Amino acid sequence: MANETRQSLIRLARREQMKSEYVWGIRIGSIIFALLLGCIPIMTTGNNPFSGFATIINGSLSKPIYFRQTIKIAVPLLGCALAIAPCFKMRFWNIGGEGQITIGAIAASFFALKIAPEGSLPHWGLLLLMMLSAAIAGGIWALIPAYFKAKHNTNETLFTLMMNYIAIGIVAYLQGGPWEGRKGSQIIPMFKSSARLPDVFGVHAGWIIVLLITATMHIYMKYTKQGYEIAVIGDSENTAKYAGMNVERIIMRTMFISGAICGIIGFIIASGANHTLYKGVANGVGFTSITVAWLSQLNAFVMILISFVLAILSKGSQTLQTRLSVPASVSEIVTGILLFCMLGCEFFINYKLIIRENPITGFCEKTVSKAKKICSKLISRNKSNAKEA
Amino acid sequence: MTETPAIELKGITKRFGSVTANDNVNLQIFKGKILSLLGENGSGKTTLMNMISGIYQPDEGTISINGKQVSILSPKDAYRYGIGMIHQHYKLIDVFTAAENITLGHGSGRLDIEETNRKVKEICDKYGFKIDPRKKVYDMSVSEKQTIEIIKVLYKGAETLILDEPTAVLTPQETERLFDILRNMRNDNKAIVIITHKLSEVMELSDNVAILRKGKYIATVETSKTSPKELTDMMVGYSVSLNINRPKYIGAKPKLSVRFLSCRDAEGVKKLNKVSFTAMGGEILGIAGIAGSGQKELLECISGLHPVDSGEIVFTPDENTRIDLVGKSPTEIRKAGIGMAFVPEDRLGMGLVGSMDMTGNMMLRSWKDSKNRKSPFIDKKTPEKLAKEIWEKLGVVAPSTSFLVRKMSGGNIQKVLVGREIAQKPSVLLTAYAVRGLDINTSYTIYNLFTEEKMNGTAVIYVGEDLDVLLELCDRILVLCAGQVSGIVDARTATKDQIGLLMTKSGRELKSESIAPAGGR
Repeated sequence: MANETRQSLIRLARREQMKSEYVWGIRIGSIIFALLLGCIPIMTTGNNPFSGFATIINGSLSKPIYFRQTIKIAVPLLGCALAIAPCFKMRFWNIGGEGQITIGAIAASFFALKIAPEGSLPHWGLLLLMMLSAAIAGGIWALIPAYFKAKHNTNETLFTLMMNYIAIGIVAYLQGGPWEGRKGSQIIPMFKSSARLPDVFGVHAGWIIVLLITATMHIYMKYTKQGYEIAVIGDSENTAKYAGMNVERIIMRTMFISGAICGIIGFIIASGANHTLYKGVANGVGFTSITVAWLSQLNAFVMILISFVLAILSKGSQTLQTRLSVPASVSEIVTGILLFCMLGCEFFINYKLIIRENPITGFCEKTVSKAKKICSKLISRNKSNAKEA
Repeated sequence: MTETPAIELKGITKRFGSVTANDNVNLQIFKGKILSLLGENGSGKTTLMNMISGIYQPDEGTISINGKQVSILSPKDAYRYGIGMIHQHYKLIDVFTAAENITLGHGSGRLDIEETNRKVKEICDKYGFKIDPRKKVYDMSVSEKQTIEIIKVLYKGAETLILDEPTAVLTPQETERLFDILRNMRNDNKAIVIITHKLSEVMELSDNVAILRKGKYIATVETSKTSPKELTDMMVGYSVSLNINRPKYIGAKPKLSVRFLSCRDAEGVKKLNKVSFTAMGGEILGIAGIAGSGQKELLECISGLHPVDSGEIVFTPDENTRIDLVGKSPTEIRKAGIGMAFVPEDRLGMGLVGSMDMTGNMMLRSWKDSKNRKSPFIDKKTPEKLAKEIWEKLGVVAPSTSFLVRKMSGGNIQKVLVGREIAQKPSVLLTAYAVRGLDINTSYTIYNLFTEEKMNGTAVIYVGEDLDVLLELCDRILVLCAGQVSGIVDARTATKDQIGLLMTKSGRELKSESIAPAGGR
């Protein structure tokens, strides 16, 4: 071999603990980097990227009505992120939020459609009934994969994912069949006003429910025996058994809680935002909330911030489309770049890259000196050409 | 010494984050010589050898082979330079035959199994291995698997062999056979390195000894010109006495009696076969045996973590009370008021939660208790106090009790675990490989804690691997062989040879009949 002392170009090494200033420096740096990178797709549409970003901020925060709409987007994101947090803490990958939301919405809609017209229950009574039924339905829906995971060790990721499509399929059936409003419309009628969540400060009361869940979830995870059990299982199931925990039961219980919260979110969306039920009731919230939960490292309070940021992006990109006629897909690309960079920077917090020193600098030096030579040649040739001329 | 070394390391340094595993190490490996690489656990022996075999690359320093500087980027590169390493954990495919495993990853194109079998046989005859190339790995004993690993390396044309703690899983008799083979290889002018921390092996086998201490290279000496005492001093850095204090407890009473205990693992393979013994309060009962002879299952059955097939485990707090433990879960055992402490082999995977601090780990034993048992909230005050106590009393090296256990060193992790278990004031203390990977000082701290417990009248069960320690620490030693009790001896009078024989004695005869897998697999 001619090149005996070669070295790999880039090596990875685990970092020791980083100072928190640096950690936040890297995180903020990654956002700036993402924004710069995000300029490229906006520029390809022939727009000034800065006015593009300004539009995003303007369109989501500048007027109370925009702000309210942004909050409306953030509420289900936050709620669902809170729901899946205990599962993720337990290393049970519940990606079935979408389906659990949908089932919750179905249960709530059942009472909205069947009982509201009768008027036999007071407004709050009906809402409570809808919320409770949504929670139970979502919880049971989540309990199915949990049962099979606990008893037969099935793969929860695939299981919960597949359950999403079943739930959405059920709504499609209801839309076209038993709950169809006008024959042939394929639409479920709007809820009567007694089945709608009232507005508080211009936004449906769902935001209050979600904030209550945030506080409860924080206390649950940090100060209760059940929260402790979840944390231990997430670290090692064997340790949990050693400590006398009933792992199977805890998995099922936690998934029930998770599904129940998702179900409540389904109720909030159907009763608060849409006032009806349709196939796209979850609208990707179950998936986007995974990003929220992950970026906030399962901290309930950080989730408020992250879900709000994502809501700004989402609302802002709608404005971007209407004002600058930037296609929505471009704004989605920008959002994607941002998420990619925010998640990717965690890698640089945990690892450092060691780049082979000598060859690289050597290569650079060589290139520079070569370039210099070529330049000087060109210059001298130009000069001589000029002289000749 | 003008001969060019087969491998020469100069100024090798390797860091993992803040830990410096090797610090400016120099080493020469010669053909036709056996070199022992001696050092305590964690002194960087394996890391150093991993750099020669291409698993890691050094941060600084050079490696030369036959006087020519090289860089080894992968195990494949290492084979190109004729270096083969036999790791502590074998890397074999269970469902393949010996010959298939040997050719694995070697060469390209068509696999000629007949040709391989012939070549394997050639190697076996040359060095005195005895294997059947057609035997599947899952049918093999540990020592056979090791043989396959060695042949695999030779088959790939290795001139330098590195063996990482090859005797850890072998009986004394199997060790002897391995040593004969290694001597044959030395006579065939191969360079051999064995990584070990057992002095007796160093003295018996090697020509030279290189000593590492805390990642630093200390010296290379000729084995014939040194003594175990001198080597220990170099290895530890100061003179230590190898004596463990062993007081006798007067009035030992039976605490735990196990009768005809049998159990199977998840695959239905019989792991314990009619095990009977009595553990006395005020006694350390040692359990010896080759790794995987049922030690783990025995402790887990007693602590309620492993299902029992048949037999009984009876706890006798006094003469008149008998509490049957079979079928009880750890929680039920605790509820019955039995102080059962368990220091499992897998510290972070079973005994502790790595991602929590000391307080969180104290809670593992107390999380269900609080002033109000029904309260949904967890009591953090009491475990916090306990954590602080252990932190101070056992000298846990960590900035505070809120330091993550995962980030502590092995010795400190074990102090946290043992400290918590003893704090339960147990009547029975089960321990598995409690000093594995610990430095000598911490090991002695642990021995003393166990002895203290014994003098408190606790029945201590100590599963160990180092026979010297077992003989010095315990009162009696129970020897397990393939899931059966092959003997119980008095530790004050027994010898190493005697235990070594018991470790294998019944094995040969019993293996075929009673340890056959159940369910016709």
